Amino acid sequence: MTFALETAEHPEKLKRVVIEPVSRVEGHGKVTLLLDENNRVHQARFHIVEFRGFEKFIQGRPYWEVPVMVQRLCGICPVSHHLAASKALDMIVGATLTPTAEKLRRLMHYGQILQSHALHFFHLASPDLLFGFGSDVATRNIVGVAAAFPEIAKKGVLLRKYGQEIIRMTAGKRVHGTGAIPGGVNKNLSLAERDTLLADIEQMIAWSRDAVELIKKVYSDRPDFHNGFGYYRSSFMSLVRGDGALDLYHGGLRARDEHGQTIFDHVDYSHYWDYIHEEVRPWSYMKFPFIRSRGREEGWYRVGPLARVNNCDFIPTPLAEAERIAFKEFGGGSATQATLAYHWTRMIEMLHAAESIRELLHDGDLQGDDLVSKGERQLRGVGVIEAPRGTLIHHYRIDENEQIVRANLIVSTTHNNHAMNEAVRQVALQYLDGKVLTEGLLNHIEVAIRAFDPCLSCATHALGKMPLEVELLDAEGAVIDQIAKNTSGQFCI
Amino acid sequence: MHLIPPILIFGYGNPSRGDDAIAPQLLSRLEALQIPGVELVTDFQLQVEHAIDLEGRELVLFIDASVSGAAPYTFSRLLAQQDNSYTSHEMSPAAVLHVYRQINSEPPPPSYLLAVHGEFFDLGEPLSEAAATNLEAAFILLQKLCADQRKEAWERLMVDGVDPEKV
Repeated sequence: MTFALETAEHPEKLKRVVIEPVSRVEGHGKVTLLLDENNRVHQARFHIVEFRGFEKFIQGRPYWEVPVMVQRLCGICPVSHHLAASKALDMIVGATLTPTAEKLRRLMHYGQILQSHALHFFHLASPDLLFGFGSDVATRNIVGVAAAFPEIAKKGVLLRKYGQEIIRMTAGKRVHGTGAIPGGVNKNLSLAERDTLLADIEQMIAWSRDAVELIKKVYSDRPDFHNGFGYYRSSFMSLVRGDGALDLYHGGLRARDEHGQTIFDHVDYSHYWDYIHEEVRPWSYMKFPFIRSRGREEGWYRVGPLARVNNCDFIPTPLAEAERIAFKEFGGGSATQATLAYHWTRMIEMLHAAESIRELLHDGDLQGDDLVSKGERQLRGVGVIEAPRGTLIHHYRIDENEQIVRANLIVSTTHNNHAMNEAVRQVALQYLDGKVLTEGLLNHIEVAIRAFDPCLSCATHALGKMPLEVELLDAEGAVIDQIAKNTSGQFCI
Repeated sequence: MHLIPPILIFGYGNPSRGDDAIAPQLLSRLEALQIPGVELVTDFQLQVEHAIDLEGRELVLFIDASVSGAAPYTFSRLLAQQDNSYTSHEMSPAAVLHVYRQINSEPPPPSYLLAVHGEFFDLGEPLSEAAATNLEAAFILLQKLCADQRKEAWERLMVDGVDPEKV
């Protein structure tokens, strides 16, 4: 848990390599490597190149607009923001959710998990996993997957579509849905909608099981490689249910260190700032959160599927629980710290989401009419959920006019900021140190970042379209070589 | 029986990011016209599952804000094309058509792109003045496209353009 390679001693004497943007992640990021004349890595950083702006954007808005407005943060996980904001506003209106409201929100959330994990695995990660990290860039994308493995590509599309249908039915619309409102939800699930979803759920579970088997096979075929790629040990943080079960919608915060020892457990997230602090570093716009009790250098951690599956005591659906046990047993537990194990645990969670959807669809509460509750008004609200990419915190303060006066969001990708940087540094040392750079080698860096499924547009709250440029600079800063990637991802010399 | 409307108009963009709102705003205006035979779909961005929305259509129109296209807009035919972007954030309509072809083993329906020129995409900003002007011009074209829902008519408009006086 060191900061080696974060800052070189004499950067002015080194040449710089820039990977911009990192492809097949949401939003845009940049990686810079400082190399000496022998291509030895002296510094590796993962940058965010855009500004944050959302907290300002939301200030002055009436609080009840927030669950809809926050969906415009990000086109890929709007439901996560919708639900986290709604949970924060539940506190503000003093509500305890009715069973119908909570189950409908859970259904929406599991739909989001299913579609997001399916997209990432089948369309963003599978090209690397199925073809290899250094394979021909022209085939290393979903088009290549579709050509070589048409059934896999189709399953990915249909799983994602199914998740989107759940969101549409629970949120009322495909996008900008209004399903969750402060204190509850504004519609239930009709019997016709339930039956439509029930008709396909067994297929979705079967495909999710296939996906777990696929990643297990890919992983097991080269266990040393997959365990060792970008390997490092870290703490993990996630929500867990009161009995220690995996819970993606609600629970207390649990953090465990790199040896599995508990740092804190079942923490009430409404005072998260007593446990987590956000640090600003001069070279990145994205903050670096850390666990207060462990301090800045030791307190960084990982969130997301790997953290959740590691942290929970069990998964409360049988098929996913069996896969969790198999995952933990694999390699005597060494996989539980591996960067690429994110992919495996992501699929275990997708299976859990599919099983949970089936369970909920058989619950008559989804057709209930008791949708909204309220209580004593508060001026502050905090909502936390486990979004597809990890713990998502929304924190709002309102004034007497019911307008937002302060907002703080810590998104999943921000929690993983230091961890992604660590992964980049490890891969740079493992695969790039002392070698001539090639696109395939640089893709190894991107593979490490993609394992986290980062959503940089959330993390930075901005959008951008830039070509990728890799520049080699000499000690005086002059460009001595360059390679560019256009917006279609094609490389040009 | 649920019939699929023969025309799909798919506008994508974030309504809260300045000129990225061009397509959602155009679709809102079209929605008010209640045009028979046309289904309007909007989303923040194109994704793989949108290939399924193309199934059973006779014509498809994608609408997007464009920083690189000419003002006020460009209207062009799309071909299924393998591109390597797949950042998912920027999936191109041509790539969606390609996914359609891969998963359905048949060519996608005839598809077109209306790219309306935009300039500023900052969070929380309204449409720029230039984008608002371009949107008006694009709306005239859209009404023409909806008035004659035949491929031949769309192809003709692609070549001849629109005379605003005749709308």
